[in-house]
Amino acid sequence: MTLYGYPVVAVVSLLAMNLLVVAIFFAVVRLLRGPSLSDRVVALDLVGVLAVGMISVHAVFTGQPMLLRVAILLALVAFVGTVAFAFFLEKRGRE
Amino acid sequence: MMAHLNDLLVCLFMLAGAIFCLIASLGVFRMPDLYTRMQAAAKSSTLGVVCIILSVAIHFGDAGVTTRAMLVIVFLFLTAPVAAHMVARAGYISNVPLWHRSVADELRGQYDAATHELASGRPSAEDPRG
Repeated sequence: MTLYGYPVVAVVSLLAMNLLVVAIFFAVVRLLRGPSLSDRVVALDLVGVLAVGMISVHAVFTGQPMLLRVAILLALVAFVGTVAFAFFLEKRGRE
Repeated sequence: MMAHLNDLLVCLFMLAGAIFCLIASLGVFRMPDLYTRMQAAAKSSTLGVVCIILSVAIHFGDAGVTTRAMLVIVFLFLTAPVAAHMVARAGYISNVPLWHRSVADELRGQYDAATHELASGRPSAEDPRG
């Protein structure tokens, strides 16, 4: 199936990539502005999860299934980072 | 025909996933306080990324890739609620304020200030279960 002479999957994955870039932009704005440290941790976690989605879209765009392993690793690291930040926030406790 | 159906499913799942991710990000950007932001980030972004990874599995149609895709999906479904709950708990314990128009805070006074233990976890006199 083609769209404007290109494979339709390639066109749609470019579109999805653009949507994900906009999504990461808003998440980064919240990461920079977030009034509390917890807001920044939530935004950072969201950026990590969106990056997993971006890598998966890129895997479809380039036809490289190997990239899915990178996505697995990134999901793991993002989760560990979030949990570590949450532990740190809780240990810091009430100020 | 089958290839067309595959492409159609891939496009559908990928676009749906990207739009869910965008909605999650808009929620984090626009919601008024930490707790509402966090529920937007945790639920919608998980669904979005799971849709995208499903589209990857359909696109490659290979046993190894599908297995890895299922691994990512199970991992995301297991970790996203845990991470969200931990951040919310840490935020509540470190006194992140609720939105000024919130109507109820049933958790107030339930956390022990020193041990961070929930009151419902401690045995009490009026609780018949001890």
